[in-house]
Amino acid sequence: MASDTSQTTPVLQMSGIRKQFPAVLALDDVGFRLLPGEIHALLGENGAGKSTLIKIATGVYEADAGQIRLGGVPVRLDSPTAAQRAGISTVYQEVNLCPNLSVAENILLGREPVRAGRIRWRELRRQAAELVARFGLDIDVTEPLDRYPLAVQQLVAIVRAVAVDVKILILDEPTSSLDRDEVARLFDVMRRLRDHGVAICFVTHFLDQIYEVCDRMTVLRGGRVVGEHPVAELDQVGLVRLMIGKDLAALDELASHVREPSGDPLLAARGTGRRGAIEPFDLDVRPGEVVGLAGLLGSGRTELARLLFGADAADSGTVSVEGEPATLHSPTDAIERGIAFCSENRKTEGLIPELTIRENIILALQASRGWTRPIPPARRDALVAEYIKVLDIRPADPDVAAGSLSGGNQQKLLLARWLITRPRLLILDEPTRGIDVGAKAEIQKLVVSLSEEGMAMVFISAELEEVLRLSHTVGVLRDRRLIARLAGGPDLTSDRIMTTIAGEVAA
Amino acid sequence: MNSPSPSPSAPSRRPWSRESLFKAASHRLFWPAVMLVALMLVNLPSTPGYFSVGMRHGHLYGSLINILIFTSPHILVGVGLTLVIATAGIDLSVGAVAAIAGTAACWWVVRAPDQNAAATALAAAGIGLAAGLACGLWNGFFVARMGIQPIVATLTLMVAGRGVAQLIGNGQIITVNSSSYALIGGWWGPLPSGILIAAAVVAATILLTRRTALGLLIESVGGNAEAARLAGVRARRIKLIVYVFCGLCAAIAGLMLSSNTSSADANNSGLWYELDGILAVVLGGTSLSGGRFHLGGTVLGALVIGTLNNTLFALGVPAQSNLVFEGAVVIIVCLLQSPVFRARFVAWRRRIPVGVAAARAASAEPRAPRVTGDPSGPADVPGAPAAPTTTEVSG
Repeated sequence: MASDTSQTTPVLQMSGIRKQFPAVLALDDVGFRLLPGEIHALLGENGAGKSTLIKIATGVYEADAGQIRLGGVPVRLDSPTAAQRAGISTVYQEVNLCPNLSVAENILLGREPVRAGRIRWRELRRQAAELVARFGLDIDVTEPLDRYPLAVQQLVAIVRAVAVDVKILILDEPTSSLDRDEVARLFDVMRRLRDHGVAICFVTHFLDQIYEVCDRMTVLRGGRVVGEHPVAELDQVGLVRLMIGKDLAALDELASHVREPSGDPLLAARGTGRRGAIEPFDLDVRPGEVVGLAGLLGSGRTELARLLFGADAADSGTVSVEGEPATLHSPTDAIERGIAFCSENRKTEGLIPELTIRENIILALQASRGWTRPIPPARRDALVAEYIKVLDIRPADPDVAAGSLSGGNQQKLLLARWLITRPRLLILDEPTRGIDVGAKAEIQKLVVSLSEEGMAMVFISAELEEVLRLSHTVGVLRDRRLIARLAGGPDLTSDRIMTTIAGEVAA
Repeated sequence: MNSPSPSPSAPSRRPWSRESLFKAASHRLFWPAVMLVALMLVNLPSTPGYFSVGMRHGHLYGSLINILIFTSPHILVGVGLTLVIATAGIDLSVGAVAAIAGTAACWWVVRAPDQNAAATALAAAGIGLAAGLACGLWNGFFVARMGIQPIVATLTLMVAGRGVAQLIGNGQIITVNSSSYALIGGWWGPLPSGILIAAAVVAATILLTRRTALGLLIESVGGNAEAARLAGVRARRIKLIVYVFCGLCAAIAGLMLSSNTSSADANNSGLWYELDGILAVVLGGTSLSGGRFHLGGTVLGALVIGTLNNTLFALGVPAQSNLVFEGAVVIIVCLLQSPVFRARFVAWRRRIPVGVAAARAASAEPRAPRVTGDPSGPADVPGAPAAPTTTEVSG
């Protein structure tokens, strides 16, 4: 395979692509080749530049520099329409169809067969049925789309995408909401399209799927290409290493905690799970213990945390807090038992942007007291001032709207919101993502000192190094399953975590 | 009002400097207030005694008193709507609820053995309030528990509520002859009850929301519902509370209206109150998308609408065209409040690019965060350095 890739003319060749956003350089001298009749995985951690690259290929963004060639001919894709006309179709993670229209209408929307200004409905149904049959789908095209499960809707979206004369199909995480059988069906369709000469660019976070269906892969990290390999030539360990980007030798040694956690677990989950989100897992968190969760994006880290907080309700298993069975159906249930959760989505699930720093900080404490018992103003102002000072939130003016803060300060504000409630278990989901180095170090220090004061913590981060440094125990997740619980310490290296993620037997 | 320290280059040392005027004009209540004063001044040529308040037959008397009496039910409805809208909801049923409450109360009065007894009026008021409470629970149940869109849930009661009121009144206008019931919307000594009741409800609501944590929790639900839920706010309970409160406010308005006329008209009592109420809330600076709410603003907004209707009547404008004027006034005030429109207007006056004008307008916002002194500050506030220049531009 590797030898003939150099001779074939790529259907899509992007070279020297550069894209600068106000704050970050999203892509820097990126090259990408898509060959006819291949399924090509585009990989990289969050923020590596995958979606920016796809948006440039589909005409949503224009590159600041670089060239795009289609079949060897330089082109300018300055709008999504231009990209579609050039034969590039895209299916996004979220199904972008009209659920209340019929399957047939959805497939042929915008290109209905027309005679004398009127749609020929019978012809439309016939064409749609033919297309659907070609994909081995056995569905009634006259039924409204939302009658069918998400997987079928996703497949309909793909049928729609290839109903035109498509040369290039871009699939942006189409499998994230599909179960195993549905994924198999999708792969079947993908292989069939490939055999018809369609070039497919496949974005996914599931490593197994890459090895199951893809021919070649391009790995991005920090806006640069760090590897382009035939799938057969790079094993999973090598791939994880490329994506995370740490040389094993360069990883820090573990800084061991002063005090080892001991005693009975504060929280114990047994067989806790939620269908479609995370498979049943067992997990203990003891007072003073930091349990790190490691795994690639989409491996189920956040889903696990949300179950522990009641943000989503578990549909199997039990959770007990201090030995007492606890039903965590809502965040309120968890908060009453001293559990706190900082979401990874600070903007959408954390801040109330138009309220002030003061109001945002006291929100959780006030909510737990109920509306009839306001926090006395003097105590409220003292608490707010104290936490603004301790966490060094800037600006230090409690009357400033929270939406105007920088990312690091927003994170500190959310930490303040929960610390003020004196939780016994604090769940931090990506607390250091997208914030500057200084704020990051402060938050890491805070995690260590809080755990030494006896607070139990669940710490989630995409950065393995950070998880290793802070955790007493590391839970490793992969494909929505907690596959291992490893004791921290000098023996636990990122190498061992990577091999665990990659599914190999740890030495 | 804390005016900023004048910059050295300010052309004027008068307290009413260009800068402070500009700041005042950016306040969300500036234009509604200007509109209110302007509408009042329009009346002065035709009604020389417009601003005078006197006594006649032991009652306060004057145009302004009339406006207040007429506006008080609108204020009540607007106050309830303000809290609903702050949760990013809406209640279209307030007019119908007012009709139900009024008819239910009058239905009780005409059945009472002694219509004039105080107990009759009290019981009737109780029944009216209970009806409003039930309607609020009904709306709140569908919105908060069943997750039905507020506009749909309350639209059904808006339509069905008039039907319920007609059923209670058996399709007839109920006329009561009760001196005690007439007191609810009548005169308490020299003062009209409507003004007193509306003032009491407004004051109580401000205390209820700002002295407890209810206001904060309502604003958090409207500002970011998911974030509020994850912070432990019982959003469904908060929503139920505001719909029930809104129903009660509408019921009080309905009692006032029916008592005022000593009759209950299921078809016309409180007609279009939901629209006037929403307009009052919007004029007062509360966004329909939820979040921050301003009860004082709603009162001012209701007064603008009431004064406008009164003015049109006084000027002899045919009643049919009232709604046209009302729409025009509201759209003018909304435009004046809109940052986009203001930036365009300023750009057009000074012939400068719209973007520059928008940046200046933003830097003059009273609540704009000031991060001066923070080393990382200037990068965060691109509009800040432009602020002093606004004082130097001459017209």
